[in-house]
Amino acid sequence: MLNIFEIFGKYLLLLGRCISRPEKAQMYWKETFRQAHEIGIGSLVIIAIVATFIGAVTAVQFSYQLKSIGLVPMWWMGSILRKSMILELAPTISALLLAGKVGSNIASELGSMRISEQIDAYEIMGVNTPAYLVGPKILASVVVVPMLAIIAVFLGIIGGWLGGVAGGYFSTAEYVRGLQDMFMTKDLNIMLIKSTLFGFIISSISCYKGFYVEGGAIEIGKASTQAVVMSSIVVIIVNFFVAFLLL
Amino acid sequence: MIEIKNITKSFGKQQVLKGVSAVFDTGKCNLIIGKSGSGKTVTLKCMVGLFEPDSGSIEFDGRNITAMNFKERKEVRREIGMLFQGTALFDSMTVEENVRFPLDMFTSQSESEKRDRVNFCLKRVNMENTNKKYPGELSGGMKKRVGIARAIVMNPKYLFCDEPNSGLDPKTALIIDHLIQEITQEYQMTTVINTHDMNSVMGIGDKVIFLHEGLKYWEGTNKEILSITEGELFDFIFASDFLKDLRRRAKF
Ligand SMILES: Nc1ncnc2c1ncn2[C@@H]1O[C@H](COP(=O)(O)OP(=O)(O)OP(=O)(O)O)[C@@H](O)[C@H]1O
Ligand SMILES: [Mg+2]
Repeated sequence: MLNIFEIFGKYLLLLGRCISRPEKAQMYWKETFRQAHEIGIGSLVIIAIVATFIGAVTAVQFSYQLKSIGLVPMWWMGSILRKSMILELAPTISALLLAGKVGSNIASELGSMRISEQIDAYEIMGVNTPAYLVGPKILASVVVVPMLAIIAVFLGIIGGWLGGVAGGYFSTAEYVRGLQDMFMTKDLNIMLIKSTLFGFIISSISCYKGFYVEGGAIEIGKASTQAVVMSSIVVIIVNFFVAFLLL
Repeated sequence: MIEIKNITKSFGKQQVLKGVSAVFDTGKCNLIIGKSGSGKTVTLKCMVGLFEPDSGSIEFDGRNITAMNFKERKEVRREIGMLFQGTALFDSMTVEENVRFPLDMFTSQSESEKRDRVNFCLKRVNMENTNKKYPGELSGGMKKRVGIARAIVMNPKYLFCDEPNSGLDPKTALIIDHLIQEITQEYQMTTVINTHDMNSVMGIGDKVIFLHEGLKYWEGTNKEILSITEGELFDFIFASDFLKDLRRRAKF
């Protein structure tokens, strides 16, 4: 069994080997776009559904509580929703969803390529396999995950509006007033920093898990489960530290 | 010509190769035979650089790859083609994309040059008109043939085949064997083939190396191998009692 330092060392080495001059830049770009398409378009629907409903449920529950306190004007809801979507819900929830979807996908794809000797076949041809197979996945994820988070923010806010108005907690005019109140670019920056980090965490951990699979089909399954669990845990921990350090 | 000298390789406590030396000739099919688990695949993987041998040297026409750095090795790898035991075709790519991948990655040929080369190689293995199919849609024998096409697309000087005809019916196996033999002679490649199929040994075994318990136990040609009458190799060749009996009664 490898201890934690060895694992971390091996992980860093894999990342190090991703950084090299590509044999043919065009092939790497092609692969990066393919991955970006897979991660982005492939996850759009689930992110959209979850973000909209999270927005709606946040609006309803928050309004319910504010109402019972009674001292706070309901137009605050717009601002509360915007802030919580941007700062926490959109980046974190989409990262957790993506850890499940993209993480398991990456780990099982690389794992089955390893088991069926496809990675060896690339290696024999003289391809720098970490650079070609891992690099584009990480790059694509780092670019695409923040985009998905931005989409999640918008849909969450729309969901909140639908939920709140349908529940009779506030009017559209009140909600919009709240949305426009005290907007801070800092929040947006934190979200982008968070989701870029999350994209890196999810893709790199899953690549590591998949790339070094040994054995057979069962190990592929295990690797993809571990990829999901590991990246979710690291996402949550890093989420805390980013909030702690930057807020 | 490839020469391996005193290769050893262990996994944990298990020593798989205990000092194997052999010469693989150019323009010939050099066969490595041996029981399952005797270390054929490990030997081949050491030769192509997928495993690092613990000691010993591997020389490709005088160039010792064990002493090379990553960059120098990459140059030698450009001259290597390999057919894997499970074919290792890229399953997210079509047949055509599989075969042209090395061209895309390593050459600056024009679109039409690449297309011609891919079609030539596919035709060479009798797989024309399958360009747009995915590996999942092919039979075992067809996959092997595409694997061969991909292995030879860069005009390799060295061709490695790990059990090219395992899992195939005897007739298809024969076709694959002869295909490899023809290509080897046509392009004067140094071909190394792992097999435990006696039909292949008799059919294309220009040079045969028998591995047993991590050592080279015997070396010779397919003509010579039938004159064996005892020992481990005898047990290997005439695996059934029926065949052993037949051999003992034979007059040669
Ligand atoms: N990656 C590995 N890790 C640990 N042990 C290994 C590894 N690869 C091979 N071995 C061991 O090395 C020995 C030889 O294996 P090898 O695959 O070379 O056999 P083989 O001669 O190719 O057999 P077959 O005809 O079944 O393919 C086996 O005992 C196997 O357990
Ligand atoms: Mg083998």
